[in-house]
Amino acid sequence: MELPIYLDNNATTPLDPRVLEAMLPYFTNKFGNAASRNHAFGWVAEEGVDYAREQVAKLIGCTEKEIIFTSGATEADNLAIKGVFEMYADKGNHIITATTEHKAVLDTCKHLEKQGAKVTYLQVKEDGLIDLAELEAAMTPETILVTIMYGNNEIGVVQPIKEISAIAHKHGALFFTDATQAVGKIPVDVNADGIDLMAFSAHKMYGPKGVGALYVRRKNPRVKVTSQMDGGGHERGMRSGTLNVPGIVGLGKACELCRLEMDEEAKRLSALRDKLETSLNTMEESYVNGNTQHRLPHVANISFKYVEGEGLMMAMKDLAVSSGSACTSASLEPSYVLKALGLSDDLAHSSIRFGLGRFTTEEEVDYAIENTRKAVNHLRDLSPLWEMFKEGIDLSKIEWAEH
Amino acid sequence: MAYSEKVIDHYTNPRNVGTLNKDNKNVGTGLVGAPECGDVMRLQIEVDDNNMITDAKFKTFGCGSAIASSSLATEWLKGKSIDEALAIDNMDLVEELALPPVKIHCSVLAEDAIKSAINDYRVKNGMEALELPKSHH
Repeated sequence: MELPIYLDNNATTPLDPRVLEAMLPYFTNKFGNAASRNHAFGWVAEEGVDYAREQVAKLIGCTEKEIIFTSGATEADNLAIKGVFEMYADKGNHIITATTEHKAVLDTCKHLEKQGAKVTYLQVKEDGLIDLAELEAAMTPETILVTIMYGNNEIGVVQPIKEISAIAHKHGALFFTDATQAVGKIPVDVNADGIDLMAFSAHKMYGPKGVGALYVRRKNPRVKVTSQMDGGGHERGMRSGTLNVPGIVGLGKACELCRLEMDEEAKRLSALRDKLETSLNTMEESYVNGNTQHRLPHVANISFKYVEGEGLMMAMKDLAVSSGSACTSASLEPSYVLKALGLSDDLAHSSIRFGLGRFTTEEEVDYAIENTRKAVNHLRDLSPLWEMFKEGIDLSKIEWAEH
Repeated sequence: MAYSEKVIDHYTNPRNVGTLNKDNKNVGTGLVGAPECGDVMRLQIEVDDNNMITDAKFKTFGCGSAIASSSLATEWLKGKSIDEALAIDNMDLVEELALPPVKIHCSVLAEDAIKSAINDYRVKNGMEALELPKSHH
């Protein structure tokens, strides 16, 4: 076993060697521009792109013509939300989203508010799921788009996508989902789920960075987005720019591997995740964040009360994980996702996200459990709050000097 | 962000972790910060009849820099007089630990903890509390 151990697979995943192998020729002898229609170099590149489009489409149950390649999920989020807002401006200006969305969605919505959009930010319940009745109540005749993520990047909860899309459609709105964390990890079928637009990214599913896709429905209804990048009219005019052929080939291969291996992989990962979570949750004053029934198989988000996340990660020096602690961000604000669940600031500061992946072994998980336990105990030995808690002092009764 | 070697050293082998009896007359306790802000420091000093600090202990809830700042502070306090201790400036800690700008507040908190412990000792022993400059944060 090699150290450090990578348990941050929600941030990014390593490239699968099989994906790399598929990509390599497109960096060298198959270097053509997929838009060059007049010679073999272009045809070969286009063939690679077409095949990748099939592989991607197959994973999410759509047709090849419904895939728009982008530079990643952030671009796809921007294209979907801004593109729908502009395209359907005569229909309405209301967008519904949730407070726990990724910044790529939230900040895009905020951007549109400056351009006249009305945006409703739904609160989530304690378990991180949205309240369907609240969504229904928020729908208006002006609502053109509902944008709710598939699986959350911090806590892994999976939203009731079918129910959400049904509500959106009942009121004549489109449904977009940022499925970056879900595609390739759990079965996602755009028809069964009633999805009109969907963003996802290669580097979260063992593909390369810098490539992703937007699914745009072509039938029932036919959805259109206004392009956000003008130029040569690539991707059916919705996203100009020379195609990233090696990246797209990599995304295609990554999708194919996920499709073939997902079922078994999800079982293996959820067993490992449960082992990790159960072992750590037996520690005193530790709390699992988010719904534990409806969630991705590979994520565990746990708060260890009375220790601070960044300090804790420093003690877990052989583990690469992430924390909702303020100290890990430039803003000095703890995770807005955890706060949206109603977690107090101190519990948000104390959280650690473990993200398992395709290359995580049981040996690594066992090591992570031991390492984390030791780190938490070490930090608690140093913590005045832990000492006070152990003495039975009610910390909420102390007048802290806010700073 | 990479930590300096000194931060890692203090974090890995923190000096003077522990608790002095806060009810003793010759012990001053400073508890600063707030759990909501992600850092709380408790710093204690034991003072002899000549106003010399004979022992110092800390416990800190916070990031590596906060732990290192308070660990270093206890090291510096031991053997100093109260007056010398009051002269410890947060920027001395920043310099010694090579803290990046985003972690300067950890050193400020340590300075506050020192002053707060000294004041606790003073009040316990019939002296008036020193007027502390308003926290810089």
